[in-house]
Amino acid sequence: MLEIEDLHASVEGHEILRGISLRIGAGEVHAIMGPNGSGKSTLAQVLAGNPSYQVSGVARYQGKDLLDLPAEARAAAGIFLAFQYPVEIPGVGNLYFLRTALNAIRQQRGLEELDAMDFLALAKERMQLVEMDPELMNRALNEGFSGGEKKRNEIFQMAILQPSLAILDETDSGLDIDALRSVAAAVNALRSAERALLLITHYQRLLDYIVPDYVHVMANGRIVQSGDKDLAVELERHGYAHFDAPAAAGEGS
Amino acid sequence: MSTDNAKIRELSGRAYKYGFVSDLESDAAPRGLNEDVVRLISAKKHEPQWLLDWRLKAYRHWLTMREPTWQNVHYAPIDYQDIIYYSAPKPKTPGPRSLDEVDPELRTMFAKLGISLAEQERLTGVAVDAVVDSVSVATTFKRKLAEAGVIFCSFAEAVQQHPELVRKYLGSVVPYSDNFFATLNSAVFSDGSFCYVPKGVRCPMELSTYFRINAADTGQFERTLIVAEQGAYVSYLEGCTAPMRDNNQLHAAVVELVALDDAQIKYATVQNWYPGDAEGRGGIFNFVTKRGKCAGRGSKISWTQVETGSAITWKYPGVILQGDDSVGEFYSVALTANHQQADTGTKMIHIGRNTRSTILSKGISAGHGQNTYRGLVKVQKAASGARNHTQCDSLLLGSQCGAHTFPYVEVKNPSARVEHEASTSKIGDEQLFYCRQRGIREEDAVPMIVNGFCREVFKELPMEFAVEAQKLLGVSLEGCIG
Repeated sequence: MLEIEDLHASVEGHEILRGISLRIGAGEVHAIMGPNGSGKSTLAQVLAGNPSYQVSGVARYQGKDLLDLPAEARAAAGIFLAFQYPVEIPGVGNLYFLRTALNAIRQQRGLEELDAMDFLALAKERMQLVEMDPELMNRALNEGFSGGEKKRNEIFQMAILQPSLAILDETDSGLDIDALRSVAAAVNALRSAERALLLITHYQRLLDYIVPDYVHVMANGRIVQSGDKDLAVELERHGYAHFDAPAAAGEGS
Repeated sequence: MSTDNAKIRELSGRAYKYGFVSDLESDAAPRGLNEDVVRLISAKKHEPQWLLDWRLKAYRHWLTMREPTWQNVHYAPIDYQDIIYYSAPKPKTPGPRSLDEVDPELRTMFAKLGISLAEQERLTGVAVDAVVDSVSVATTFKRKLAEAGVIFCSFAEAVQQHPELVRKYLGSVVPYSDNFFATLNSAVFSDGSFCYVPKGVRCPMELSTYFRINAADTGQFERTLIVAEQGAYVSYLEGCTAPMRDNNQLHAAVVELVALDDAQIKYATVQNWYPGDAEGRGGIFNFVTKRGKCAGRGSKISWTQVETGSAITWKYPGVILQGDDSVGEFYSVALTANHQQADTGTKMIHIGRNTRSTILSKGISAGHGQNTYRGLVKVQKAASGARNHTQCDSLLLGSQCGAHTFPYVEVKNPSARVEHEASTSKIGDEQLFYCRQRGIREEDAVPMIVNGFCREVFKELPMEFAVEAQKLLGVSLEGCIG
């Protein structure tokens, strides 16, 4: 489904990804772990098409050259990024935004727009799936949401947009244990044989709830180790110290 | 309000498609301004002596005045002797008494604008007093309004039919000596609208006037007067568009509102005049004086404006809060794109006790646009318990535009409470990337974000007007993105 070879990315002349290679197949769940500044979030942003980065290397998605596609076309191709810091857009209703997004994707795929009634029915059903507070639906997008509400809203959007590859960037951060459990349950409910997940996380605890097929460790812009779910447990015990620590990678993963 | 005003709304929305010139024979005054021109205008309209005297007083006063320079806009000097101060469309068959008899050319033009008056009368609940080049050509729904006792007609007609009301209220809110542009208007105003809602009457429909500047180089000097007697209610919508033109056109309108005890007047504007081209050539110069007087106890006046057109916008719709417990409101969205300049805001003058005012201003600057909020909140000595809340938000798109805020506050009563909040934000790359990651293209995301920013103001507009205003913003932002 996704094949990445020797992917490099830099921002303002500063190289953050230094040759990433990764293959993700349909139905698989991959986790990427690593210390701050290792480039985990940059990988997520680059795959989603953030134009702030200069990118080289190869990334193929369902046979298409991903790096050629603008962000909105990647969304239409089924790539979804649950943001680490979801933005607020004042005055734009949460449901209005989501319907606009869904119809923009449907339009790019040559499908008819979903009318307001059908959309509302869909939204109500998925809201229950992710245990989303209906009151949040009538508010402006993420405006005044708590950290946990924002993260849950991302998963709600994922449930509506039904991506084939979902990248979850530190969805667990800022969640208390109850919220983590329920958000993880929502993500698990969205797992399927056609859908791949790429989990980016700092801590192993998320992986207790969403069990990955593969775990990769990133350090200093590279994948330095790959393994199965036991690798995460091992990391939790020993920390990241024995990996090549990011000397120059900078802050803000 | 009925739902089929969409046709009318066409003229405030979508691409600037009104750049045509209708071939109506104009009956115009010679170029330039002197006492003879003032007398000619008055004579054309068969005005009584007192009104001519008032015009002349204004004209003579105007000669002593200078064009203001304090506003934060820049334009080439206006040659006031190079303007035609009066032009009226000449009907090809004299005296059309009903819509069926209206000059077919004129009706074709309305059709181009999306206002079919015949259809209007049949389908809509809005009475349209359509103003073409300073003379009202058709007024609809008079009968229904008359049944309620509401007078809604052209200003010229009001002078003939209701001289006592016009004489009583004309200049009572904006005196002839008020400011350079209002004084000019007082001398040469050609027509406009008049509305009188008698005691205790709730006007049965939203009133609406569409202005249209037509003949080449014709400055337009509208005069609007709305009076709501004790306990009356009226909601008035004004929408504007003008044909495309290379020369700048001066527009200096005056609007006066008078609300007596417990009366309420809502006045909404969507202004979409020609803003000039992408290089800043052409466009309307819009120097407007709008003011309301809450003369009576417990009265209320609300101004809502969506200003997206004109090369220059200079307007400060204000409220004089004279009656105790009276309320003034100002809700504004002003967008400047390309080389447009806007210096706009409001004046809230608190005179009576426990008077309250709310100001909500949303300025959007794109391209090389310059957007200035200028507001005055004045609390006079007697205005115990006066309250004001002001919120001024600016949104910037791109790096070559500007937003400026000049709030003036004068408080002479210690019990007054005045609050001012201001914010400036930019549509961030993060917001745009978020939208695009969800499949929404940048050219759709920007208008969505801008409309969200304006939402608090749009919800003060009647619904169809709000929908049209949203579309208008989207159109005005085209080409400013990226």
